[in-house]
Amino acid sequence: MKKTKINGNTLLLLITIALFVVMYIGGIAAYGSRGFSRLQTFLDILKTNAGLICMASGLTVVMLTAGIDISVGALVAMDCMILACGMEAGIGAVPMMIIVILIGLVFGAVQGFLVGYLEIQPFIVTMAGMFFARGMTAVISTDQKSITEQINPLFYKLANIKIKLPFGGYTNRKGVYMAPNISVGVVIALLVLILIFLMLRYTKFGRSLYAIGGSEQSAAMMGLNVKFTKMKAYILSSFLTSIGAICFCLNTMAASVQQALGYEMDAISSAVIGGTLLTGGVGNVIGTFFGVLINGTISAIVKTNGKLASSWPSILTAALLFLFIVIQSIFAAIREKQKG
Amino acid sequence: MAKEKTFFEKLKAWPLLLPVVALILVMAVNIIYDAVNGNNPFSFFTITLQNTTANGTVLYGRIIDILNRGSEAAILAIGMTLVVSSSAGTDISVGSVMSLAASVCCVTLAGYGVSSTTELARPLIVGVLAGIAIGCLCGAFNGFLVAHLKIQPMVATLILFTAARSIGLLVCNDLIVYVRNPQFGFFGSFFGPIPTPIIITAICVAVTALVLSKTALGTYIQSVGINAKASRIAGLNSKTIIFMTYMLCGLFAGIAGIINGSRITSADSNNIGLYMELDAILAVALGGNSLGGGKFNLAGSIIGAYTIQAITTTLYALGVSSAQAPVYKAVIVIIIVAIQAPPVKAYFRKRNAAKAAVAKEA
Amino acid sequence: MEKDVVLEARGITMTFPGVKALDDVQLTLRKGEIHALMGENGAGKSTLIKCLTGINDFESGEIHIDGIDGPVKNHSTRDAQNVGISTVYQEVNLCPNLSVAENLFIGREPLTALHTIDRASYNKRSQKIMDDLGITVDVTQNLENYSLAIQQMVAIARAVDMDCKVLILDEPTSSLDDEEVEKLFVLMRSLREKGVAIVFVTHFLEQVYAVCDRITVLRNGTFVGEYPVEELPRVKLVAAMMGKDLDDLAAIEKETVDIKNAEVVIDAEKLAHIGTVKPFDLKIHKGEVIGVGGLLGSGRSELARSIYGADKANTGKLKVKGNEVKINQPIDAMNLGMGMLPDDRKAEGIIGDLSIRENIILAVQAKRGTFKPIPMKKQEELADYYIDLLSIKCPGREAKINQLSGGNQQKVILARWLATDADFLILDEPTRGIDVGTKSEIQKLVVDLAKQGKSIMFISSEISEMLRTCNRMVIMRDGEKVNELSGEDQLTQDGVMAAIAGGDKSNG
Repeated sequence: MKKTKINGNTLLLLITIALFVVMYIGGIAAYGSRGFSRLQTFLDILKTNAGLICMASGLTVVMLTAGIDISVGALVAMDCMILACGMEAGIGAVPMMIIVILIGLVFGAVQGFLVGYLEIQPFIVTMAGMFFARGMTAVISTDQKSITEQINPLFYKLANIKIKLPFGGYTNRKGVYMAPNISVGVVIALLVLILIFLMLRYTKFGRSLYAIGGSEQSAAMMGLNVKFTKMKAYILSSFLTSIGAICFCLNTMAASVQQALGYEMDAISSAVIGGTLLTGGVGNVIGTFFGVLINGTISAIVKTNGKLASSWPSILTAALLFLFIVIQSIFAAIREKQKG
Repeated sequence: MAKEKTFFEKLKAWPLLLPVVALILVMAVNIIYDAVNGNNPFSFFTITLQNTTANGTVLYGRIIDILNRGSEAAILAIGMTLVVSSSAGTDISVGSVMSLAASVCCVTLAGYGVSSTTELARPLIVGVLAGIAIGCLCGAFNGFLVAHLKIQPMVATLILFTAARSIGLLVCNDLIVYVRNPQFGFFGSFFGPIPTPIIITAICVAVTALVLSKTALGTYIQSVGINAKASRIAGLNSKTIIFMTYMLCGLFAGIAGIINGSRITSADSNNIGLYMELDAILAVALGGNSLGGGKFNLAGSIIGAYTIQAITTTLYALGVSSAQAPVYKAVIVIIIVAIQAPPVKAYFRKRNAAKAAVAKEA
Repeated sequence: MEKDVVLEARGITMTFPGVKALDDVQLTLRKGEIHALMGENGAGKSTLIKCLTGINDFESGEIHIDGIDGPVKNHSTRDAQNVGISTVYQEVNLCPNLSVAENLFIGREPLTALHTIDRASYNKRSQKIMDDLGITVDVTQNLENYSLAIQQMVAIARAVDMDCKVLILDEPTSSLDDEEVEKLFVLMRSLREKGVAIVFVTHFLEQVYAVCDRITVLRNGTFVGEYPVEELPRVKLVAAMMGKDLDDLAAIEKETVDIKNAEVVIDAEKLAHIGTVKPFDLKIHKGEVIGVGGLLGSGRSELARSIYGADKANTGKLKVKGNEVKINQPIDAMNLGMGMLPDDRKAEGIIGDLSIRENIILAVQAKRGTFKPIPMKKQEELADYYIDLLSIKCPGREAKINQLSGGNQQKVILARWLATDADFLILDEPTRGIDVGTKSEIQKLVVDLAKQGKSIMFISSEISEMLRTCNRMVIMRDGEKVNELSGEDQLTQDGVMAAIAGGDKSNG
């Protein structure tokens, strides 16, 4: 093994992971008696955030190209609404899921075309995408939908599958052994995470994303197809968001116009806390994963406490964002100094 | 060589072409819609005086409505234009900051923990200044991050985007604070026959325009936005200039927040300023300003803000619900930016050139 | 096609809106030669290169490449690479956030059986490539960790490894110091041995005679001629480029300054900027042109920047006209009557999207302060005055500065500082990347300014131009001021070179 030097970005990732561990241990110390120490609590964080993990992974891919996709939250709402309405109309769960994924691909292709080939700023394009998806949700239906067993038994069954893990269980007061379990959504999210990690590291497409983020002009000069690569990034983002929407829907079994409001910012803050730079070229889905976990842990702690105002999670997330941004800027300053 | 430019060429180079054309199109849609439905085709432009029990004789009409409702976006657009110009980035926290400013203002006026009041606990001016001050403070925080810590604007302002609204909710003790007092309600109602927000917007625009024309600030901001390093060597203090634009943006967000709070005589933290940052950014883009910073056109942004409001009002008039309106907004935005996109422009230029070549040969 | 010819371009014509950028231009490249492409700014060198590499779409003319039937027309850099044309530009076009190996292989990575990229294999191959070129780097490290020169070498290595028949080097040497240039030449010669045809674009005439075999000269978008190097001595080359007989940058009348009696304008005492310039003492007198010599990275720019406050000095004292002053940022220096034309015109000089007028008045305005704007009429007068004085070629004062050629942009920046009426002007590489004619104009201007009683600090990597203009020279080495030269006997090409190289050659 060759010794690898730890650079600023790796260090940042380590800080993110360390922060998550510290925060989680803090949670256990404070609320251990209320079940925070159980493995299930952690798995529930995963379950609640399975959709967010998929979305944030897609967003990370886009952010690597120095782009942004703020349409993800609205797309989730639209996808969930389509799922709910479609199943209500009697269409099967599997065709509906395929339809939703296809819609994601088309949605991403349009956004990607506008960003890649027409060179419109990603913020504007995806903002329009967000308006469109949110408005379209209202066009489809403004009702509060919920998916029950009567509406679609298969989807209901899928949502309630509990995959038991062979370890980490506990015995409850009645003396029954409770094995920890995860949902289908968690499995999907973890699969997505692993696949995207491998893709970014070991495929031409993955490395092209980094190259474009590093210097778009150079990437073009070196003969990479910048436009198409960017378009693919946005397609991937919307595709993963649609998968995330299915995970999300499996968790909430509901749809409404207001669903997943502000999720795009949760996804962005997760990526940023995880060390992805909005300037592109630097970042990794592993960091993003821990970013999501940190956000999830904050929410879990506030929920477990029960007395804190509902606004605390977002304030704490913002405080963390601040912390990470300052650390990043200090690192950048140090690097600049070493060079100059 | 030095051929006089034709009228058409001059028009093409006019910076306000896009926002004005968009505005005219919106009006045209209104006229056609009214004509088709057998109404007076110019009812869009009709302004009448109406007697109301609450405010006496006031101006009434769709244009007045657009000017009135578009006030917040127009005020935000001023600050956003400067921020975009100086730092090539957007301040996405303005909507949240609006909400925080309204909360602080209302809580100051009502007292902490009070959910509804008709009496002011403190003089009106204290509440207003508190709201504006918190806006400036937020702007200063953003400005510090962007100018001094050199953080990308979107990331820096993401912090307050996430936090400001929630802080407002904390300040309000998780309540919707109602201040049902005519003094406070003034900013959202009428001054004589004219809606107060229109007057406040006019003052904000006039003061900004005056400052930009009577000082060198305009050149400074653009210069820093185009090349901060070169501006520094040429003697400009780019940090101070960027910081200042963010602070101004916060100030305007504070003003817009107070107007919005006054309109609904309450601090509804969850709804005030929701999506307003997007409208403000859109206004800047619609106004023909590049979001890449540098050259700016304030008039364009203001017209852009009112165009967006006109689109919204028109959609409502056409019977589109407020939840569905964003679909149309999205399509309009994409069309507008797509026709401005460099590759599209290049394509048309090429096609025109080809046509001209064919015409020559024939 | 002739034997041994690898690329032949004939009758290339290309128009930009309103301007004929290339008119019936030809270029013939033979196997294993280094071919200089010469011309002043705006002669059409870059345009021609862009036609070859597929960035520009030329209207008429044909490009033939050895081994390919029929004319070739490239539509992208990728097309060009496929037919064996690789280009290395002045600005390094690589990705700083990727490793050296990735920069060498991106877009053409070797793949494993699973269709994933084969990192181990290309890391190994990259290390071998770099070792073969005699460049010591760890290819797994990010490119941003290495100096600009190494980055340039990596760019060339990438081009070479792609089995190119034609390698275009567009001003690769402008950010390299002499030693690095020499390394580059070694590399170029070895490529010539391997049969690569190299197109070499440079502004440095010496370099042409050091490595090139043949020269093609362009002027105003037209083809002037193709010559073997031996048949085109320097004077003739300059004449071909400029289209008139130039008295080889005529000797400029220098004013001799009586240092003992002249007022001391700048007096630095143990001034330093940690990390770049070690403490130095320096006195600059009224009416004096002082040159700063040294290799790139020797601290010659940094010395000036620490006086001007572009990089705030950490220690030491600075007296301006006898008064001790504290300079925190450029505006402080400007208020003391200084001005600085920075070396990197694009990054620190021009404000691209602003007009010529705005670029000229900017510094004057900054000095006056925010609340005292210069009336528009006065601005226009100022702009017109300097456009006329420096004969800036432009469509008008309201044209954007980034529409001008490099030399004219430089004149606008000069005008910016002349307008402030500074007593002490720092000119850092004022002639870099500009054509010969403008070069001598600027040199003359420098001497004229000194005659008017201004003090000038002239920094350049061309010793000859400093010799023409300077009364005295400061020599920098490794961030340290090592010598001061003055008088006819010391200010000679050999004398200055020796001083820059230093007594101890072993470390150089």
